[in-house]
Amino acid sequence: MVPHSIKGDVVVIGGGPAGMAAALSSWEAGARSVFLLERNEYLGGILPQCIHPGFGLQIWGEELTGPEYAETFIEKLNRTGVEVMTDTTVLELSPERVVKAVNSEGVWELKADSIILSMGCRERTRGMLRIPGHRPAGIFTAGLAQYLVNIAGYLPGEEIVILGSGDIGLIMARRLTLEGARVKMVVEIKNSLSGLVRNYVQCIQDFNIPLLFSHTVTEVRGKERVEAVMISEVDEGGNPLSGSEREVECDTLLLSVGLIPENELSRQAKIPLSPLTGGPWVDEDFSTDLEGFFACGNVVSVFDLVDYVTLVAERAGRAAVFPSSPQKKYILQTGEGVHTVIPQRIREGKDGFLFIRPQKSMRSVTVFLRWEEKIFYEKKISICRPSEMIKLNLSEIPWPQVKGEIKVEIEGTEIRGIS
Amino acid sequence: MKLKEQKSEEFLELICIVCPLGCSLSVVKDNDCFQVRGGCKRGERYAQEEMTNPRRVVTTTLRIKNGVWRRIPVRTSSPFPRDKIPELMRFLNSLEVEAPQKRGDIMVKNLLGEGVDLVVTRTIERRE
Repeated sequence: MVPHSIKGDVVVIGGGPAGMAAALSSWEAGARSVFLLERNEYLGGILPQCIHPGFGLQIWGEELTGPEYAETFIEKLNRTGVEVMTDTTVLELSPERVVKAVNSEGVWELKADSIILSMGCRERTRGMLRIPGHRPAGIFTAGLAQYLVNIAGYLPGEEIVILGSGDIGLIMARRLTLEGARVKMVVEIKNSLSGLVRNYVQCIQDFNIPLLFSHTVTEVRGKERVEAVMISEVDEGGNPLSGSEREVECDTLLLSVGLIPENELSRQAKIPLSPLTGGPWVDEDFSTDLEGFFACGNVVSVFDLVDYVTLVAERAGRAAVFPSSPQKKYILQTGEGVHTVIPQRIREGKDGFLFIRPQKSMRSVTVFLRWEEKIFYEKKISICRPSEMIKLNLSEIPWPQVKGEIKVEIEGTEIRGIS
Repeated sequence: MKLKEQKSEEFLELICIVCPLGCSLSVVKDNDCFQVRGGCKRGERYAQEEMTNPRRVVTTTLRIKNGVWRRIPVRTSSPFPRDKIPELMRFLNSLEVEAPQKRGDIMVKNLLGEGVDLVVTRTIERRE
């Protein structure tokens, strides 16, 4: 079969919040052949199923629900000439910037000056946790359960145990309770909350749902359908403590245990990836280490606010139309107390953002930037949590004159439990 | 669904959710008033509201007939009394909704007489 062949300025892969904002921003920057490819039937990625409020506060000062946030962008896209292709799956991506995609009209080959990667992330599954036991029905990732309840219209179960205190898990605890299921408990392997305090208060406390820190699921029981899970207390290293095991009857286990950037296509295109985030290394314009390729949103590293995804995608969309020199002045590295920094490369440092995810919840926090042994920037903040990235403006940082490696560090007093 | 009960005890700890600090607020009942310690002015206002009239924005999805999707997401136009959420859910699940529906439209006015409306949050076209 001869593929439909197209040449374009910009091809955006993935129509979630990152892809929509990037395509729009490329269009607004003057690109006139912009293609937005989405494998799902609808645009918006995860947003249409995130029916709770809390989106848009940072960029619009107004709290929207996920569907509202998505629709705002869909409406903007409809007023442009961006070519939106839903139900379209990208099969291959070459380093020469050729995208091979398939949909009901056949196979497409799109060659573009710039490619923007916005494939987002996917949820960690039971297989990745290696929980022993049978493989009965009734084990879902929290996001899948959210899709089932809010879009497809199915209740995944009646007696529910949730593993992991990430935000989607907490939100689903409330959602399932409102729909008549009984959430028996949330178990968290760490000694502190993974999600936002606000979600703990409004989704867990409001409904008297027990949350057990330093606990995990060690076995799934039941052959056809989940009948129970075994839970155990764990030590500091996350290892189950013998003698602490007990059985909790349930018919459903939800997993809210983290997200992984989805980079199969990036690997095909031989884009250098960070072993730490699993996503491409990027600079402040979200240009990757391979010329002509840009990456934004959760495909780079998992962001906690969609607002931040929109902000970085807008930068990527612009940069894809006006690419700047590939020379990078500084390389950022994670130091003490820091889980991830995005971007990891700085070209100029004149504008853009620096996102820092701390390793632990801490009070009386100082963020340091170090060039060789010399501290050239420090910022004090009252509190930090792994669930909330620290966002700095690059323009407020007095970058050194000389090229080199820069270490980002965080110091503070550790917090355990909720607050 | 079992909601958190309105505490009548003399002393109670609340986690403040006004800002990301997440301060621990201690609330002491003094006759009919509540004294709040451990937070800022906004935290105090939050605790007073939590003690006297806790409210939440409620979001859920409803069954929709002849729509391109099977569920339609909705939200309350402003925070709704928390203690009446179970009653609200029963009422919402009894609604019969038909496509098309437009985002931002008010689907139900004055929910349970509380002065809060129900707003559509996703446009759902009619299935051909």
